[in-house]
This record gives sequence, structure tokens and C-alpha cells, in this order.
Amino acid sequence: MPSTVQGLAAPLPTANVDTDVIMPKRFLVTITRAGLADGALADLRFDETGKRQLEFVLNQTPWDDASILIVGDNFGCGSSREHAVWGLMQYGIRGIIGTSFAGIFFDNARKNGLALPVVGPDVRDQLLELAGHSEGLEITIDIGSRQLFYEDQTAAFTMDDATRTALLKDRDDTLDSLKHADAIRQFEAGLTETMRVKVAQ
Amino acid sequence: MSRTLYDKLVDAHKVCDLPDGDMLVYVDFHIMNEYTSPQAFSGLEQKGLKVWRPEAHLSVVDHVKATRQRAPHNAASKLLIDNLEANCRKHGIAFYGLGDPRQGIEHVVVPEQGLVAPGMLIACGDSHTTTYGAFGALGFGIGTSEVEHVLATQTLRYKRLKTMLVNVEGALAPGVTAKDIIMKVIQVVGAGGANGYAVEFAGDAIFAQSMAGRMTICNMAVELGGRAALIAADDKAYRASGQMTFDAETWASDEGAEYDSVFNIDAAGIAPLVSWGTSPDQSVAIDGMVPDVSAETTPKAKAALARALDYMGLEPGQAITDIQIDSAFIGSCTNSRIEDLRAAAEVVKGRRVAERVNAIIVPGSVFTKLQAEAEGLDIIFKEAGFDWRPESGCSMCLAMNDDIALEGERLASSTNRNFEGRQGRGARTHLMSPAMVAAAAISGHLVDVRDFKKGTA
Ligand code: SF4
Repeated sequence: MPSTVQGLAAPLPTANVDTDVIMPKRFLVTITRAGLADGALADLRFDETGKRQLEFVLNQTPWDDASILIVGDNFGCGSSREHAVWGLMQYGIRGIIGTSFAGIFFDNARKNGLALPVVGPDVRDQLLELAGHSEGLEITIDIGSRQLFYEDQTAAFTMDDATRTALLKDRDDTLDSLKHADAIRQFEAGLTETMRVKVAQ
Repeated sequence: MSRTLYDKLVDAHKVCDLPDGDMLVYVDFHIMNEYTSPQAFSGLEQKGLKVWRPEAHLSVVDHVKATRQRAPHNAASKLLIDNLEANCRKHGIAFYGLGDPRQGIEHVVVPEQGLVAPGMLIACGDSHTTTYGAFGALGFGIGTSEVEHVLATQTLRYKRLKTMLVNVEGALAPGVTAKDIIMKVIQVVGAGGANGYAVEFAGDAIFAQSMAGRMTICNMAVELGGRAALIAADDKAYRASGQMTFDAETWASDEGAEYDSVFNIDAAGIAPLVSWGTSPDQSVAIDGMVPDVSAETTPKAKAALARALDYMGLEPGQAITDIQIDSAFIGSCTNSRIEDLRAAAEVVKGRRVAERVNAIIVPGSVFTKLQAEAEGLDIIFKEAGFDWRPESGCSMCLAMNDDIALEGERLASSTNRNFEGRQGRGARTHLMSPAMVAAAAISGHLVDVRDFKKGTA
């Protein structure tokens, strides 16, 4: 991915937005990663009949163009479904700024190149406020320097080194880890018979 | 130096450090289900990779499993089940599918099949993999990309977590269960309060629990954000374990080990809890009231509370025991083990489910179901008017099969998540222990199970 993510930010202040809300289960009955854009936040975006819920921020101008979300605490809690990340990205989200993210959601985001800058509650609340103005707020997430740029301001964010490198390098973790095949074999050589799980067929 | 149980487990599984601060950890055992694994197998395919060690994986059909009959309830779930079976056959991975006597909810099946032991590292594309902490094993949930990674390499990229100790000291009052302990912990620490932490539970109230109770506690630790949950392995844990032995260490924290965060909870002060809101930390004692919006100080908190009350269709100040229910559900990897069914049956025995209430029980596995039937529990439930399902799976815990609650339907549920829409769009979930669900089913409203035991209800 590029080292910066730039775009319009939409405020989503609710705390504890869980992956059932981010990707409702009816979209999970699939064996591919594709076709999940409509599922992203579906029950907030659409009513039961499939009509757009106009009071929801992503259905209003200018936020229908948003590629960044400013979110409440503990975003992405609940189930491990990576479909939540795939769907948000297929919908067009490239970065989510919040104070805390659930662990599995955070790792899933990293695997897919979705940037999750972590900021303190003060910065988050200021961004929520600015992003809520009708003219909209453009934010640049600079992964290299771990800084946010918006209006004439700058704010630092936290992102662990490994996540930062993974995003910047756009690396395939599976292939990369296989470079350590010898170390894995060596570790396995140290396992006794009783430590080698063999599941009955 | 003194180490925590968590650090011992991580150290014992470290394969190597990686240049950017992560490490590779070895996965002793990996479990898959039908909905978070298909794209992992297609990833292998695309990259031309093999499964590193096929015998260390197990696949179980549970999330979309129909519970009224064996066959899939629709074409889409059949596709998921067939896809998993084909992938497992191709790669030589064990598959416990439809009609297999070992089938059931993954986290109920694994301990039953003796596939967990102290000192193991277990991964699964499911957040409730924390359950195995009950055995002093490190279990955690992973996403689909990581499922691909563990299939191809038998390892995961891993970043060491911070550690949290939750001490629950003292004795529980009669009628208070493991579910109430963990719901209390979630209430105190908060949903997300343990994000970034591995949570170790200790204290005599924890060690007094059966393995089933310990599994309930570790299972729901993910609801406070814990990426891992642990309880030191004692004799009880070793007795309940499978054949494998990982005896490199004593699987308990050393004396004097330090934690990044510590909580102390008095067991005697825990009452049976029920959730009133849409997050698992929104809970209250059964003799309490729906909270008052005006008691919140910040506008954000007021709005959040108001939204939860609106979704749940509740009034501030309403007595919890005045909440009428439409349905009762006993099931899920949190509370569908034989011990849970026995506790519910004890409440139900000789009573009738309230007129309007639709009460459903889905045993956690085929094995559990047969055991319950051998003990005659199914008869007790059926005579009381419960719908005793012949097949096992996740069912109404996440409503990915055809057991879906309706808009506005209010449920007493032994599950783990009361999120908006979890049990069906617009469905209203109240979490509680299986015995409390049973009591609510009989009464038609939320009720203190202790009144039943005293015979006053
Ligand atoms: S029972 Fe519920 S929580 Fe457990 S694995 Fe199934 S869906 Fe997940």
C-alpha cells in the first residue's frame, strides 16, 4: 500500500461497534472474499427493505465519499470474521482512526492493508467534532512518520513497528514466514512424541 | 526471574524472532469451521502451497448447522459444508461433519475429544478460542489470513501481549455460577477493557469451579477484549486433559510474577447477573433495575445508554424482573455442556414453560446430547415444553442457521453476545446463566433462579 492514506473522514462515534454490525451474518455465507461491499455496516446503511437509512452518516453528503472513519472506543470487537475488514475495504474505507481496536480485528486489518492509527481520546474527540462539520474534514494518515495531518494541524498516532512495516511493505506474510522453514523444522525436531498432536480422522 | 503463565506459554512456543518486532510461534493444534476457512484454502491454492502438518488440524461443522434435522437447511450452507469437506479431504485434514458422532460446536468438541492439554498453543478462526485457557493452554482466535498462515507454516506471527490478573477471591453465594463470575468481570473491566492483554484468572472462586465453569469463564474473556485467557493448570485440569503432555514447565505463574494490570473481585458480592443492553458489560444484578440515562455524566455516555435502551425497548428504572420474554435459548460454546444442561434441568424438573414462551435447547455436541439423553435430561426438558433439538451446532448464538429471532423478539439466552442483531435483526438478547434462562422460561419473565431453589417462585 502507499505510505500515506488520504481522504475524507466520517464520524462514527458509537463505542463497541462489533463485527456483527460491521458485517452482518447473512453476508458470511460465502466461500470467496469478493462481493462484500454491500455488507459493510449494512444494517446501519439500509433498513429491512433495503432502503437507504438517510439519517446514517455514510448516506449523507459529503460523508458518502468518506474513505476514513473516526470511531468510538473498542471498534471491531466480537467475532473473528475477516469479512468485516474485507467488506469495509471493498466499500472504500482505507483508514480507521480510533482509541482502541479489538485484537483480532486489528490483526485482520493489518493483513489486508487497512490502516488503524491509534490516538488518545482528546485527539479522537477533536477529529469526531471536525469531521462532523458539513464541509467535511480531509485527513492524511502518514504511516511512515506515524502522524495525522488535517486542516493546519498535526497529531501523532501509535502503531507498533511490525504493523507499520507490514503496511509499508505490503508483504505476503505466509510466503515471508516460509523463509523461516528451517527454524520451524528445527523447532519441530525438539518436540517429543507426546507433544505432536495427531487428530483422529 | 519469575514469569507469568502467559509468558511461559509464549516462550515455550517461540520459533524465532522476526526483524520487525514480531515473532513466529508454533501452533500445536489448529481448529477450523466452515465459514472462516474457505478463503484460507483458496489462498493456499493460489500460492501453490501445501498444508505443513495436516494431522495437527481439525475441521468441525457448527456455525451454519441446522439443528432440527441433519441435512443443511439451505443451498448456501450446504455449499460451505461441502467446501470444507472437500478441502479437508484434499489436504488430509480430519473433518467432523454431518452425522459424525464427534460433531458439535468446535469449543465443546475439542475438550471432549481429548485434544487439549496444559501447555499447548491452540489457534482457531473463532474469537472464543480463549476457552482453552481453562486447561492452562494458550488459545486465541485468528482471522482467515492467519488461518492460511497456520495451514501453510504451522506457525503464526505473534506479538507478545500485556498481562492482566483477575483475582476472584472468596466463595460464591448459592445459585451463583461461573457465568455470573465472568459477567461480573466484564462489568468491572469493561468491554474492551482488556484489549491488548492476556487475562489470567486466579483466586479460590476460580479454582473451585469445575472444568466446564472454567471454560465458561475463559470463553467469555474475549468479551472484555482479552486476546487470551488463562487459568493455571491444577490436578482438575490435568485429569480432564487429553493424552498429550507438554511437561517442559509447570503451567502456572511463578510466585512473585508481575502483571501489567490487576483486578480484585469479591466472589461473595456477585449476584446472578443479566445483561440489559447491547454490550456484554451492560449488565445488572437480577434484583436490580434498568439504569437511568440521567445518571450518566457525559453527553456521549447518555447517548450510548439511550441508544441501547431504545434498541432493547426498555424504560429506565424498570425492575429487571418485570421484563417479559418471548423466547429462551440454552446453547452455545459458553453454556451447552452437560454440566450446563444438568443445571438447567434441575430448575425445569416438574415445571412447565410459560404459555407464550418459545424455549429451545441445543446441546453443544452430539456427544453431549447422547450423554444428556442417557441421563434422562431430554425427558425433563420435553415434558416441561422445551424444544430439545436433535442436532448440535451454534444455532441461535449467532443465527447463521435457520434459528433466527424475529425483529423485537426478546430472549433470555445462555450465549455470550448481546450485540445488536446478533440473534436476528432487531432481536433483543438478555445474557445470563443456563439456570437463569431455564427459570425465565418457566416464569415468562426474567427472574432470580434462587427463588426457584427456595421454592418461592
Ligand atoms: S457457539 Fe456462538 S460464540 Fe461459540 S463458536 Fe458458535 S457462534 Fe461462536
